[in-house]
Amino acid sequence: MSEQATTAASGPKVKKFMFVNRKAPYGTIYALESLEVVLITATFDQDVSLVFMDDGVYQLVKGQQTKGIGIKNFSPSYRALEGYDIEKLYVDRASLDQRGLSEADLLVPVEVLDDQQMGELMAQQDVVLSF
Amino acid sequence: MLHIINKSPFDTNALDSCLRMAQPGQAVLLIEDAVYAATQGSALTERMRQAAAKVSLFVLQPDLDARGMGTKVQDGITPVDYAGFVDLVEKYPTSQSWL
Repeated sequence: MSEQATTAASGPKVKKFMFVNRKAPYGTIYALESLEVVLITATFDQDVSLVFMDDGVYQLVKGQQTKGIGIKNFSPSYRALEGYDIEKLYVDRASLDQRGLSEADLLVPVEVLDDQQMGELMAQQDVVLSF
Repeated sequence: MLHIINKSPFDTNALDSCLRMAQPGQAVLLIEDAVYAATQGSALTERMRQAAAKVSLFVLQPDLDARGMGTKVQDGITPVDYAGFVDLVEKYPTSQSWL
């Protein structure tokens, strides 16, 4: 833990990466691909933030059961992100509201932000990748 | 930040979400099917007019031309060619390509 903190503080190459997830989980491959890239980025000790907005909020919904469609349920992986020191998960409030969802429906702790807060956060990033 | 949109606003909500998050002084470039958002007299016209007050709006001329929309750009949106596209990428420190 302290070693990682030292790396982050002293290494000039740490960049702020934001992954913006806007697609539902199983209809397309975007959500899974995003998760893969997020884990790779974390391996390089970068400052990683994940954003879930629009249909991307469906990625975090509890209780996904994919046996019937023959696709691996990758939603438990979001719970594992903490183990990779990825703890900055942000969700767009309007997207939740529109879909009748609340924080209680999500499988990981997140920070719910309004448009302005999310916009400011995006503006602070070095790299923004959309999925 | 330069936001790049490539989908029709009548097909996806990428532009809408982008405009919600865009901060004053940032830029939005419409390319490919997103150029329809720049045309006069559409359902998007008022939304784009409001957006133009906050962010700089650009549209890629070759994509307008390809779609027969080359002369139908509404006021407040600046057409650019490919070199202009490159200039925008250079001018803003980060780009975000919305999917």
